[in-house]
Amino acid sequence: MNFDDTPQEAAFRAEARAWIQANAPKEFEAELSQPTVGRIKLKNRDILEESKKWQTKKAAAGWACLHWPKEFGGRGATPIERVIWQQEEGFYGKLEGVFLIGQGMCGPTMMAFGSDADKKKYLPPLASGEHVWCQLFSEPSAGSDVAGLRTRAEKKGDDWIINGQKVWTTGAHFSDYGIVITRTDPTQPKHKGLTMFWLDMKSPGVVVKPIKQANGQSEFNEVYFTDVKIPDSQRLGKVGDGWNVSLTTLMNERMSIGARQSTGFPELFAFCNDLMLEDGPAIDDKNVRSKLAGWAVKASGLKYTSYRSISALSRGERPGPENSIGKLVAGTMLQDIAMFAMDLQGASGALTDADSPSIAGQFQSILLRSPSDRIAGGTDEILRNIIAERVLGLPGDIRVDKDVPFNAIPTKGR
Amino acid sequence: MNFEFSEDQKQLRDQARRYLTEQSPPKAVRAVLEGNAPYDKALWKGLAEMGFLGVAIPEEFGGAGAGHLELCVIAEEIGRALAPVPFSSTIYLAAEAIMLAGSDAQKAKWLPKIASGEAIGTLALFEGVGNPSHKAIKVSASQGAVSGTKTPVADGAIANFAIVAARTGSTGREADIGLFIVDLTGDGVTRKPLANLDQAHGQAEITFDRAKAEPLGNTAEGWNILTRVLDRAAVLMAFEQVGGADRALEMGRDYALDRVAFGRPIGSFQAVKHILADMYVSATLARSNCYYGAWALSTDAGELPEAAATARISATQAFQHCSKNNIQVHGGMGFTWEFDCHLYYRRANVLALSLGSLTYWENQLIDRMRFRNAS
Repeated sequence: MNFDDTPQEAAFRAEARAWIQANAPKEFEAELSQPTVGRIKLKNRDILEESKKWQTKKAAAGWACLHWPKEFGGRGATPIERVIWQQEEGFYGKLEGVFLIGQGMCGPTMMAFGSDADKKKYLPPLASGEHVWCQLFSEPSAGSDVAGLRTRAEKKGDDWIINGQKVWTTGAHFSDYGIVITRTDPTQPKHKGLTMFWLDMKSPGVVVKPIKQANGQSEFNEVYFTDVKIPDSQRLGKVGDGWNVSLTTLMNERMSIGARQSTGFPELFAFCNDLMLEDGPAIDDKNVRSKLAGWAVKASGLKYTSYRSISALSRGERPGPENSIGKLVAGTMLQDIAMFAMDLQGASGALTDADSPSIAGQFQSILLRSPSDRIAGGTDEILRNIIAERVLGLPGDIRVDKDVPFNAIPTKGR
Repeated sequence: MNFEFSEDQKQLRDQARRYLTEQSPPKAVRAVLEGNAPYDKALWKGLAEMGFLGVAIPEEFGGAGAGHLELCVIAEEIGRALAPVPFSSTIYLAAEAIMLAGSDAQKAKWLPKIASGEAIGTLALFEGVGNPSHKAIKVSASQGAVSGTKTPVADGAIANFAIVAARTGSTGREADIGLFIVDLTGDGVTRKPLANLDQAHGQAEITFDRAKAEPLGNTAEGWNILTRVLDRAAVLMAFEQVGGADRALEMGRDYALDRVAFGRPIGSFQAVKHILADMYVSATLARSNCYYGAWALSTDAGELPEAAATARISATQAFQHCSKNNIQVHGGMGFTWEFDCHLYYRRANVLALSLGSLTYWENQLIDRMRFRNAS
């Protein structure tokens, strides 16, 4: 049990540090080094453009998607080297947000199921930030019940014709490509009639409509497919095996979301340290201290749980269902922390003006953003089911639609 | 970086688990809990023979000289098995204090006896209601003797010796407190066993009347040493708590798989599954924090004070959470004397108070985090 670098790791760290020192976009140091749970502002510059610039620069020097094989634009790095890179990259790593889904989920799925030619063609530009990918899974009638999706893909000669609608698609409005799961056989029980594809988001018949969220922003989209034609060569995995393909994606999703999840704790600690209440600094208040300590140990527990996962990965183990814990804990924590920080501000807590106290609406913004952290990528309840069933070995839920042909299952609502 | 125990350490864990499962079954825990014996003497002797008592004690003082990571492994198994022996008082507190601050002569005198199971030790710190505080200490030391009353003292009725925190000055500062080794079998010591929540973790009141006392380390440094001993013990105790939490989770899981109601195993109901998932979450976070603590303890890292408080709080919460919800999953049967759930519930709530309460450690953690942020 140690944190020490091996001589090889120390050399890697030194190399990474020197390169970052010489190449990082220091003009954004002030913006990126601020606590930024939620949206990042880069002066008046476009975050997507700036993120792409930094990613391209990293890719050219061999620092992109470190754990991917070199032939796909990575570096063939060990899990520990990846962590070392993240430690050294520090707040500049915030510029990777727009690539998270593509590189964290679509890439690994493509790597596992794509053709050799496609992998060589599409993975390097995904690694370098030239292309952004999205993941088209959820549908209006299928949220937590992901396998209840209705978007159809029908075989016509060597092509597939896709019709239907996806929803909650993060970043679809600036994505170049996407992986999409569809129903190819409605006469099969729901998990068995699914097939996965990848497609160009600019294909004729694809329409993206941003959704205005509860917090007023639009990170997610509705995506409509009308007679979208793609060749069979864009299929990922076998026909009817889409559910298994999607499990690869989702497992990588939980690992990559969980490891980077914000808890809001460092921001809250700093806030309580500075805030003056009637009787003195907030951090001297007994109630505040007890709450802070409770969250401190959760944040710490998550950090070292991810270190344990990385140790397991470096021994060659696959990311398992236990990684569901990261998002489950952090999501609720973020929401609770926002409410607590606002409570400390009294009536002023309701204000969102940038002029209000030094914290400038930060926790208010977290308050409105955090509900989605408990839903997107698996609700708290689904994550608890995964832990109960797949980690603890408890029986699966009773499924009345099991073994029933999909087109015979009644549906209603969204 | 490697954030796991080594293969050797895992083997040691398996060995300790096998041994304790066999030698410390619930029946043996109950025998002590129900007052048939003050502790399990045969088990204590067995633990010594297995080398578990001296695992972190250097070889020159009769131990195995393996180290603190190995001791963490054993502590977890002691916690899983609810072993009814004075392990925490003797090993986490007394032995650690002597290893940290003792003279060569004191080490040579006590450590071999601890490793062999011949001597039971404890820390006499508390003086009634409240948490560790130098201001609360009234037991006084002068001219090589201590006087006053300590209560409660864990395993105080069965210990052979105690590390006693006593007042040596009247400036009102921490430097007024010194640590002393007192032979509890000598003159001027009166002991009274106290009824408590978990008789398998006995408590006593000890009154000293000019009892002979030998300074442990520099007497002006007593509070400082004590703080360091408590931090080290907090990490070790946290492993014991995580062991208990894990076992309580397993018991709940097994029962949920076995028990059928409304025509289904109760573990197939989401309400029950989610209770168990939350138990897993708290036990896992605590375990990870314990590993952080184990790393800090074994390397004597500057982060130890913060890591110790983190492990302590997390493990206290996890053991309390898992043991109370284990009863909930068991329903009415969980509340019976016959089922073992209450053994874990009792132990969780006694360990939660044993080195200072949750509130005390929460305060410690925030102070330490502030100090780190400021420095």
